[in-house]
Amino acid sequence: MAQASRTGIIVKRALQALPVLAGIVVVTFLLTRALPGDPAAYFAGPSADARSIAEIRKSLGLDRSLPEQLLIYVGQLARGDLGQSISTGQPVMDELIRRLPASLELTLAALALSIGIAIPLGILAATHPDSWIDHLCRMLTTAGVSLPTFFTGLALVYVFYYLLGVAPAPMGRLDIAVLSPPHITGFYTIDALLAGDPATARAAIAQLALPAITLALFTLAPIARMTRGAMLQVLSSEFVRTARAAGLSGRTVLFTYAFRNALLPVITTLGMVFSFALGANVLVEKVFAWPGIGSYAIEALVVSDYAAVQGFVLAMAILFVLLNLVIDIAYTLIDPRVGKDA
Amino acid sequence: MTTTEIPLLDVQDLTVEFSTRNGTVAAVRKVNISVAKGETVAIVGESGSGKSVTSYAVMRILDRAGRIASGSIVFSGIGLQSAPESSMRELRGREISMIFQNPRAALNPIRTVGHQIEDVLIRHAQATSQTAKAKAIQMLRLVRINDPEARYHAYPFELSGGMCQRIVIAIALACQPRLLIADEPTTGLDVTTQKAVMDLVMELTRQRAMSTILITHDLGMAAQYCDRVVVMEKGVVVETATAREIFRSPQHPYTRKLMQATPRPGIAIRDLLPEDTETAASAPVRPPAPEASAPILSVRDLVKEYPRSGGAFAWPWRRAELLDQTVVRAVGGISFNVGAGESVGLVGESGCGKSTTSAMVMRLIDPTSGSITFEGQDIAGIPARSFATHPLRPRLQLVFQDPTDSLNPRFTAARAIADPLYRLGGITRADEARERVEALARDVGLPLDLLDRFPHQLSGGQKARVGIARAIALSPRLLILDEPTAALDVSVQAVVLNLLVDLKSALGMSYLFVSHDLHVVRLLCDRVIVMKGGRIVEEGNAETIMTVPRDAYTRELIAAAPHPPI
Amino acid sequence: MLARNEKATASPTTSTAARKNETLRHVRHVIVSNPATLLAFSLLVVILLAAILGPALVPYDPLETNPSRPLQSPSWSHWFGTDQLGRDVFSRVIAAARLDLAISVAAVAISFVLGSMLGSLAGYFGGWVDTVVGRLCDTIMAFPLFVLAMGIVAALGNTIENIVYATAIINLPFYARMACAEVSVRRDAGFVQAARLTGNTDWRILAMHIFPNALPPMMVQVSLNLGWAILNAAGLSFIGLGVRPPTPEWGIMVAEGANYIISGEWWLALFPGLALMIAVFTFNLLGDGLRDIVDPQRRT
Repeated sequence: MAQASRTGIIVKRALQALPVLAGIVVVTFLLTRALPGDPAAYFAGPSADARSIAEIRKSLGLDRSLPEQLLIYVGQLARGDLGQSISTGQPVMDELIRRLPASLELTLAALALSIGIAIPLGILAATHPDSWIDHLCRMLTTAGVSLPTFFTGLALVYVFYYLLGVAPAPMGRLDIAVLSPPHITGFYTIDALLAGDPATARAAIAQLALPAITLALFTLAPIARMTRGAMLQVLSSEFVRTARAAGLSGRTVLFTYAFRNALLPVITTLGMVFSFALGANVLVEKVFAWPGIGSYAIEALVVSDYAAVQGFVLAMAILFVLLNLVIDIAYTLIDPRVGKDA
Repeated sequence: MTTTEIPLLDVQDLTVEFSTRNGTVAAVRKVNISVAKGETVAIVGESGSGKSVTSYAVMRILDRAGRIASGSIVFSGIGLQSAPESSMRELRGREISMIFQNPRAALNPIRTVGHQIEDVLIRHAQATSQTAKAKAIQMLRLVRINDPEARYHAYPFELSGGMCQRIVIAIALACQPRLLIADEPTTGLDVTTQKAVMDLVMELTRQRAMSTILITHDLGMAAQYCDRVVVMEKGVVVETATAREIFRSPQHPYTRKLMQATPRPGIAIRDLLPEDTETAASAPVRPPAPEASAPILSVRDLVKEYPRSGGAFAWPWRRAELLDQTVVRAVGGISFNVGAGESVGLVGESGCGKSTTSAMVMRLIDPTSGSITFEGQDIAGIPARSFATHPLRPRLQLVFQDPTDSLNPRFTAARAIADPLYRLGGITRADEARERVEALARDVGLPLDLLDRFPHQLSGGQKARVGIARAIALSPRLLILDEPTAALDVSVQAVVLNLLVDLKSALGMSYLFVSHDLHVVRLLCDRVIVMKGGRIVEEGNAETIMTVPRDAYTRELIAAAPHPPI
Repeated sequence: MLARNEKATASPTTSTAARKNETLRHVRHVIVSNPATLLAFSLLVVILLAAILGPALVPYDPLETNPSRPLQSPSWSHWFGTDQLGRDVFSRVIAAARLDLAISVAAVAISFVLGSMLGSLAGYFGGWVDTVVGRLCDTIMAFPLFVLAMGIVAALGNTIENIVYATAIINLPFYARMACAEVSVRRDAGFVQAARLTGNTDWRILAMHIFPNALPPMMVQVSLNLGWAILNAAGLSFIGLGVRPPTPEWGIMVAEGANYIISGEWWLALFPGLALMIAVFTFNLLGDGLRDIVDPQRRT
């Protein structure tokens, strides 16, 4: 009985993502209509004359009423048409798909790194209060949330590239001399390993290291802080007292009783962390010249390429919705109280 | 217990200290307690007596800030006060077990109850992973859980408070310990559930010749279930005697005061107070019988329905089942009167609808249907939203159950009491308000220098007085008291109840006293109304109902209240 | 704020004055006893001085270029060195404090006022107000916030005012949700019901009884948010939005300095970056200190 309704809850969560997606589409639509002046002029580009502006206006349907425009926009999205980039002349959709793996590789590597460090750190800090690890955790946390990502990135480049020379130049995903591996997933590290080319894999990891560490440092702080806080709270809860009074072993109390319960607020925090991470991704991509969708957007902003910016915002938002869905489902799987009248 | 028999647990000169912001505080000082094999000992005391701290010290599960400063704790020849943590972990759950109050919070919310019982069994090698499930179900059956095979898979949030406590007991007894410590195991449970839980604990422990320590604030319960009683006050043991001796001839003045203050049959309200207390001679001990005139409050066919919160997801083919349960009837059509100058008790367990009824009469929530006639006017139709400024508002007031929750943390006592004066009493000048507030403070016995304190700087009894002063500020005709002393220590309760009686006759108010404590209701009320499941099951004169109840449920309620052997 | 009523009490001003003294003493005790809080308050004073008096006191004009002395490392005449146009980095860093602070204070003020109002109404009255405010917050939070800020600034135009509005918009849900939660938790509390019994109308209860209790935890959030708003504004200007050269602002200074890191001229990016870090750090620490002042039982 419990199992069937669990699936039901997961389906319900997935369906709840739909109105969110609708909201996102509407907002991105409105963003481009909020442009000061004539939207058609912006889409046509700075070098367009009156005639091409009028053509653009017609082809984009900018002369119709707002609700009609929304419908046209939704239709275009459904076809995968995100417009043309005025700087490259290529369809925005193609550009985004080409660059997405780079951003994903960076973000996922950073998240894996930070979660892998932050959670054990938080647990240790909570179980050994006032020890050196607790102080380290608190220091890292306070410093971590104060450091601007771009600053940490630059500092790391200065120390490890300029001073120590151990890191490669912050010039993208691979050194110029190295060829990119055959495209399977788009993740250079994975593709290189799949193609049996450890040298390329090592080169890719070397380039990935500093940007991933920069981003990881940024997301480490809130996760460690939340883990420590949640563990502290759970360890002083009444059911942990019962478990201790029943003589359960330290490991059982810590993992089966305390940690699993502490995980719930941590998972909830991950949503916020993902939001920050996707934003910081843009900054890291600029510092390290990483060819992902973040740097695409920055270039597009400089030349006022609005279709590209709109496409970027939409892509990031959809990515975020998917990540949140994963978080929601993970939460539902751990907490049996979800969806019930507790 | 003969001198040659070694006690199972021997606590000698135990002192426990806590390091607080203000230095080291001794929560427990030189305490001596011994428990023989098979004996049941009660540790009785009010809040701050150190009774729980003593048991935490025995189990060595004190807070980080606490430590055993001196003394010895010997369990079956083993010294516990300095035993290494690994030894303690062996003992806990297997030799000494503990159950706590607030049972639902004591269970892991995201683990099935079956697994939680198994954890203990496997840990202390009482079962392997193959045999654990069968043993766990056996334990569930032992603690009288219906349908144990199904309940094995249940989560705590799916069970009632009483069932959760049974699970906690099952966990505690799973490995057949020799000593069980029960720390206020029935607080927060209904009276009938309390009796069921205590009976179960006593039956199981006596069956296995276990020793038990029962920690409680209720002297009556202590005397009813235990062989010996240890009375603690402010961290020291003031008296130790058998249950009979404690009640027949209490030696220590504190014990006598506690005994006095415990509501029990056959006494009057003044008897709750210590013998040497001065009370106003002119205030009648029993309020006069109500005159035969129109009732001040008349409730007819009052109904309150709530739509069931539609949070559950259901596949389309299961929707029909859900429709039947779309409405919850909190109050299902009740009618009663309160006469002028009368004191009526509204009694029932949690979920019976008494609090909902009092909220409707107070016009804090709107009834679904029915009439509420107060001083001749039907106020049921006036929406709760707009009643705050209605001319009848000052005449109908409420004293809340939780004095902490009902005082604005950012208002001083004086400001809280003055609020009704400013809003409804037509007072605008601050000095005028201050005069009235001071007069009210004197009426309720609140020292004037406490008026400028904030709630967190006041004790429970003082906060209760502030709440009462606020409620009577506008001289209401009808005062509803919603369990006004439930959160108070028994000695403070005695004083507050007497205060309420004095105020009633001084101001000529009528009372509707909502409570689950039958003894208290009998002391304070002329008539009693018993509610169950949103309906009235019995109604009548207080003394009559308590001595010769007609309804089966009323009989059950009366039987469940602890009966000390006086 | 209730002091207005108690000003003329018969038990005279001593009680109000005594209470004020006690509060001051408590505040001073918290600041002094916790070194972190002391540090935070000291740094705050420094930053405020830099913002208010800085531009008048700096040794060089922040905008004055000096083509003969570009990229000079820190020395006695230029404490933080000079940038690629010969401008004194120290003067620019101090002068930038005013702009960064102004942006974040304005943004947080707007989002706090608007957000807490909407949230309180949603939390107290529920119903359609709750639904609408909830949907608004959900829609904003559906985007990665920095990305949304980028989009808003791109759409509205690349000006400093729009940085403020964009930061205000993305901060709004925090306050709205927090206010909603704090208010709805207290909506059915005993003291609120008691206030209904003593003749307070709904609006009075919300404004005078509930909101003053909900305010302290929100004040802590305001402090933390100020730090985050500074980071946000700096991030936006780092990627070229909002502030344009030659205006001194920490984010844009780090962006300009980034080009010179790989050739070893570290001082262009380091000092504005450090200033950013110190400012954000101060506001974060301040949040903890505020929490201690407001609720002495909680210490991280």
